[in-house]
Amino acid sequence: MKIHKYDTVIVGAGGAGMRAAIESTKRCRTAVLTKLYPTRSHTGAAQGGMAAALANVEEDNWEWHTFDTVKGGDYLVDQDAAEILAKEAIDAVLDLEKMGLPFNRTPGGTIDQRRFGGHSRNHGEAPVRRSCYAADRTGHMILQTLYQNCVKEGVEFFNEFYVLDLLLTEVDGVKRTAGVVAYELATGEVHVFQAKSVVFASGGNGKFFKVSSNAHTLTGDGQAAAFRRGLPLEDMEFFQFHPTGIWRMGILLTEGARGEGGILRNKDGERFMEKYAPVMKDLASRDVVSRSIYTEIREGRGCGPEGDHVFLDLTHLPPEQLDAKLPDITEFARTYLGIEPYTDPIPIQPTAHYAMGGIPTNVKGEVLADNTTVVPGLYAAGEVACVSVHGANRLGTNSLLDINVFGRRAGVAAADYAATADFVELPEGPETFVVEEVERLRGATGSERVTDIRKALQETMDKNVMVFRTEQTLKEAVAEVGALRERYRNVSVQDKGRRFNTDLLEAIELGNLLELAEVTAVSALARKESRGGHYREDYPNRDDVNFMRHTMAYREVGDDGTESIRLDYKPVVTTRYQPMERKY
Amino acid sequence: MSTPTLDKSDQVEDATPYITATFRIRRFNPEVAAEATWEDFTIEIDPKERVLDALHKIKWELDGTLTFRRSCAHGICGSDAMRINGRNRLACKTLIKDINPEKPITVEAIKGLTLLKDLVVDMEPFFQAYRDVMPFLVANGNEPTRERLQSAEDRERFDDTTKCILCAACTSSCPVFWNDGQYFGPAAIVNAHRFIFDSRDDAGEQRLEILNDRDGVWRCRTTFNCTDACPRGIEVTKAIQEVKRALITRRY
Repeated sequence: MKIHKYDTVIVGAGGAGMRAAIESTKRCRTAVLTKLYPTRSHTGAAQGGMAAALANVEEDNWEWHTFDTVKGGDYLVDQDAAEILAKEAIDAVLDLEKMGLPFNRTPGGTIDQRRFGGHSRNHGEAPVRRSCYAADRTGHMILQTLYQNCVKEGVEFFNEFYVLDLLLTEVDGVKRTAGVVAYELATGEVHVFQAKSVVFASGGNGKFFKVSSNAHTLTGDGQAAAFRRGLPLEDMEFFQFHPTGIWRMGILLTEGARGEGGILRNKDGERFMEKYAPVMKDLASRDVVSRSIYTEIREGRGCGPEGDHVFLDLTHLPPEQLDAKLPDITEFARTYLGIEPYTDPIPIQPTAHYAMGGIPTNVKGEVLADNTTVVPGLYAAGEVACVSVHGANRLGTNSLLDINVFGRRAGVAAADYAATADFVELPEGPETFVVEEVERLRGATGSERVTDIRKALQETMDKNVMVFRTEQTLKEAVAEVGALRERYRNVSVQDKGRRFNTDLLEAIELGNLLELAEVTAVSALARKESRGGHYREDYPNRDDVNFMRHTMAYREVGDDGTESIRLDYKPVVTTRYQPMERKY
Repeated sequence: MSTPTLDKSDQVEDATPYITATFRIRRFNPEVAAEATWEDFTIEIDPKERVLDALHKIKWELDGTLTFRRSCAHGICGSDAMRINGRNRLACKTLIKDINPEKPITVEAIKGLTLLKDLVVDMEPFFQAYRDVMPFLVANGNEPTRERLQSAEDRERFDDTTKCILCAACTSSCPVFWNDGQYFGPAAIVNAHRFIFDSRDDAGEQRLEILNDRDGVWRCRTTFNCTDACPRGIEVTKAIQEVKRALITRRY
């Protein structure tokens, strides 16, 4: 075991982590721990753009952007946070440009902008061009630009260091941040990082679904580590299903395809979104479009012999436009489906995409231990966090924005905290939990295999906790996930070595996914209403009287060691917008 | 009623001609043996699936010790560059049907970087070469309050080299790099190109001097392996030639 000491430790090197690192490295001694290499992070897979009311191509302002974000999130958004997001968006985009990001340009040489789902002029009048983009590679460009600037600033990375535990020490009755524990993939060695402040920026948990746009590595490691240490998880029932994943594979095809004029069609060739969203049509918010697609499929208007998908039609767009604006997704269609998007429509289905919920924070990025109490020294930003700027449904292009605005805020706040705070003493045997867990798994001889449990988990989540949910499906999911967690106790791995033991790593990741799947299903079961990405067929309406509040899920351990989930609720911050019926 | 899922797809799969394919994988684990060896795995698989899917099937169902890097699984993160049937490719972007599955498909780690375990190599020298070319925008003068202006043409000038995902498929396919690991290699030059030809950048001269080094662009022998290997379709050799020309003319 090795012990390291840094002022600030950042966990994760995607957009949020690297944006935080650029700030904190200028201010204090910082280490960035990532289970991959920085440029492998899933920020790089984001395509369509980053929202900001630059008004470069048409009239726009941050207040309209705030409204769209609040409405898009079905009024579960904390409106003070949404206002910060929309206001700081402008500088966030300009900062990236100054760091070198190669945005597409207007004829006048300014940053070009395009339409995206849910973003509108003057509170829903018509779609607006607000997404700043670099072809359909905006996430790739952000990830590369941030890494380039990390190189410029001399950010210190620990690559392939997998953080498995958060260290909190109780001082005068208050839990304070002491550091994290990481497992070095190359050697199997366990490292303790003592730090004054810790920023979790470790990404999402979408791999508990089968049809998913998420990377294999998005297994909710940060959320699970915080949850195990008694911190709550907020709004975990809200998961976004992106309307256009490649049929059966789930690979993302950007909403920018519809922003450029692409149309969704059913088996009759009908532009069915006109029925569901007369104004915004194909550019309604993602939850609305995903439900519309499945409604078409369930009512027998799906495409293909199984009637289990619909088409994304780009054939009416000029090939030059596809080449210039959507080069990557058209290549995906050619590579993975053997389809030429110039001439043929692309089969798509909704794909699990984004966790709106996560570790609760305030607008400074400080992690909350309950509805109001801050955990001194602990921060979170990006998909792992829940500020909440996305509420019940995130708008497209608001996540690349979120990681930049709140990544920056968390990096500044963590460094400022470290400048005045002292190191907190490490708890006794800080590495114990990780060492025991790793050694238990390495030595386990049980009969269960990771792959079987993971497959069963993904199947039950797809079947029961996806776009349409009912009391019955959610109860089934809770029961099945519970049974899988029992089976997981008997899991064993084949690789018993120390060097690059990815077999062991996958077993640990599965444990995290199971834990978070249970929180998601339990939170969803208790929310007896439909709002944003959470749609209950048995409660099809939004219920502002009883449920305009955030879910806060806590892990409870009884005296006999039995675990359970306790749900509590937190009020939504409402400033200027009163809830209205949501129409697109 | 729950969300429609792919349950019904069993019927489709029954109709799908699964094939039997053999993957001949170069195994190496110094915890077990000092030498690398070839090991064959035969699996039933849909030929429309990716080589990465086959590797997962082998790891998850046959041999958990098989070790490789991967993340996004659709050609964006750059984790899974490997040598498949003797050519550098991304396992997640290579469909089995496209690489002659009637014969054993060979899979081995990329060359020129120290082998650590199975398909995993030490990427540090690769990233060090990247960091050495100043891969970041250097702009002198006063910062504008808004964005810097750049014409669409100036933006297009370096578009090709912005696509790089640092997977190392190019560098580890380069015979010069195999023989001399000191050579910067194609990926680092591509990333220098990305800034040298960016109209907003002011450090082109410094980058050119770095690449004028004995281990710089002049080592390139124009074998085009890098261009063939690039999973992003970057014209790597052309970019290297443009950097060479810029060094001669000092115009870029």
